[in-house]
Amino acid sequence: MASTRSAAGRSLARAVGLGAAAALALTACAPGSGSDDGGAPPQPTGPVSTDVAGAGDVTLTVWDQEVRGGQDEQITQLNAAFEEAYPNVTVERVSQSFDDLATTLRLALTGEDAPDVVQTNNARATMGQFVAAGQLVPLDAYADAYGWRDRYPESVLQYSTYSEDGTVFGEGSLYGLPQVGEVVGVYYSRSALDELGLEVPQTWSDLEAALQTAADAGRTPLLLGNIEGWPAGHVFGAVQGAHVDPQEIQALGLGNAGASWTTPENLEALGQLQQWQEQGWFNEGVNGTNYDAAWQQLADGQGVFLVAGSWLAPDLQDAMGEDAGFFAPPPADGGELATTGGTGIPFSITTAAEEPDVAAAYIDFLTSDDAMQVLADTGNLPVVDTASYAPESGLLADVYTAFDDVSSQGALLPYLDYATPTFGETLNQTLQGLLAGELTPEQAADALEADYADFTSSGG
Amino acid sequence: MRGRAPRGRATPYLFLAPALAVYGAFLLYPLLRAVQFSFYDFDGLTVGTPVGLANYAAVLTDAGLRAAFGHALVLVVFFSLLPLLVGLVLAALLVRARVRGLPLFRTVVFLPQVIAMVVVAVAWRRIYAPDGTLNDLLRAVGLDALTRTWLGDYATALPAVGLIGTWVSTGLVTVLLMAGMARVPKELYEAASLDGASPARQLRALTLPAIRPEIAVALTLTIISALKTFDLVYVTTGGGPGTSTTVPSYEVYRRAFELGEVGAAAAVGVVLTVLVFAVNLVVNRVADRQR
Repeated sequence: MASTRSAAGRSLARAVGLGAAAALALTACAPGSGSDDGGAPPQPTGPVSTDVAGAGDVTLTVWDQEVRGGQDEQITQLNAAFEEAYPNVTVERVSQSFDDLATTLRLALTGEDAPDVVQTNNARATMGQFVAAGQLVPLDAYADAYGWRDRYPESVLQYSTYSEDGTVFGEGSLYGLPQVGEVVGVYYSRSALDELGLEVPQTWSDLEAALQTAADAGRTPLLLGNIEGWPAGHVFGAVQGAHVDPQEIQALGLGNAGASWTTPENLEALGQLQQWQEQGWFNEGVNGTNYDAAWQQLADGQGVFLVAGSWLAPDLQDAMGEDAGFFAPPPADGGELATTGGTGIPFSITTAAEEPDVAAAYIDFLTSDDAMQVLADTGNLPVVDTASYAPESGLLADVYTAFDDVSSQGALLPYLDYATPTFGETLNQTLQGLLAGELTPEQAADALEADYADFTSSGG
Repeated sequence: MRGRAPRGRATPYLFLAPALAVYGAFLLYPLLRAVQFSFYDFDGLTVGTPVGLANYAAVLTDAGLRAAFGHALVLVVFFSLLPLLVGLVLAALLVRARVRGLPLFRTVVFLPQVIAMVVVAVAWRRIYAPDGTLNDLLRAVGLDALTRTWLGDYATALPAVGLIGTWVSTGLVTVLLMAGMARVPKELYEAASLDGASPARQLRALTLPAIRPEIAVALTLTIISALKTFDLVYVTTGGGPGTSTTVPSYEVYRRAFELGEVGAAAAVGVVLTVLVFAVNLVVNRVADRQR
């Protein structure tokens, strides 16, 4: 019995060994070398064409993340309109949430059956890496053909612009076009402001005075739900915009060399955020409060101001109606209007696209004047000529005006987490530490500088 | 057909082949690929470059990662040891007590195990919120001084996440231990009582040795779930505040999908796998030896 068992054991061991060897043989080549377009930088092949009708029957596979109410509505309408205008084109839409798209896109781009048009986040960790890997088509020739550089302000286009090797962000070739704009500003309750006898602040010191008044009256001046970590980054973006030169923030936010987090101005901004917390100007327990709970508290009348992005406008409009207002964070005395903002996720063309000309025409269609009207009608914030689509009054009118003011007259500052692949995490952890009093402004600045300097000194 | 003995030693493997093929294709092959990735600097997009053991060196030297593994070990206390203690008491009570509605109690205790972890996490996030149920309760009984933002406080975030794990695992452990205890003949307890052994003594001398296999199974299952915790942390704290609740699985996800460091992520995953194996090997060796 013993001998049979050991014989069986030996042959089993041999079988497993063989299996393992076979598996290893299968995997012997370097990862990533199996895909067909392994990194050759794409070059526009010959002149581009804007003729769609003559392209024959084309199926355009589009991966988007326009899943929420108004977003889904606009893209459905525009896809149908595009197919109607060009009966030879079929748009095959694959739609998933932002997070799902972010996790699946990387695999999809390297696959055999890659989509033609994708929405890819501007950040270095996504668009930057895809550009470096040669998976996105530079759109400069199409931009000339369709006049996209006249359509869009440069302050918007820079966020989908990379150098060909993906190391410089904000300069180089254009790799995508967004449909909508985003701006971080201050929501407020009109009735709360009236009760406190306050006007909409025109300067940063007005805002601080208003916060003080609210605190003195026993109200919660500022609402923040920061359990997710990133919401504090938006508040800090507004504070930083009032303290630091926009050029400096631009370099810091895009992860390009030549700036520093440890300047006196940045320290002052970090210090002010911490001071607001120490003075009790935020709701209790910001690091343990949900982002959504914070804006719902504003709607419930539990606070006066909320620093957050324009994407909350439809929800707050529903919840608060005419009581909700919005303004861009006011500039420091004599300073420039500057706040965090940018664009929705841009649409890009992959190098796997068989008909890049049709794909470009599709992107042009999605960002045309007619499309902007559709976007406005469905409650989105059109990125081009925003103010002209503004409703007469109400919260959305405020938001449209704020975005237009900032993008055309002021400085639309980048989301700070664009800077390096790890910066989002570093910023979240640092600001949570700063708000909890675990870090001094100096330590916070050092932590942020370490991430930024590490990245910029390694050449991206 | 009768009497025709299967010839050749390959026959058993032919029967095993379909299962082995599935196992190989969906488990062994991905595992080996992950091991292979871990030796490369690979972003998931371009061709990887071999870097030898650099990714593993980074796992050992990265203070953030070491902290994450430390947090996972703390979670083992909450996912495995605490439930084991609570489960022993609960199981002993439920087995011995002649109460009506025992199946109901058993179901209630086991219920957390049935609920999807994401749902559990969302529910507990509300309980732990600044104006959540826990703080409301504390205020209601006059313990205002104890209220805090449980998930947002550097001191309480990790234990708060751990206690959710305790709540989830206790049911599984209790039911497992009850099954073991039910196997012990009642006469033994009677005899022990007659000999004057206290309930505590009975537990130590009778019950514990008898249910050692169940304890080993319970520990194995809960330690694995503690070490590979992902969804709970992802939904409740996202690793925060600061880095106080980061765990290795979350780091794998972050590296692979957010940072595009597939090679480094694979290395963390392999180290985690080895750790899970090692811990459970020790648990099962100890349980076997004492039998």
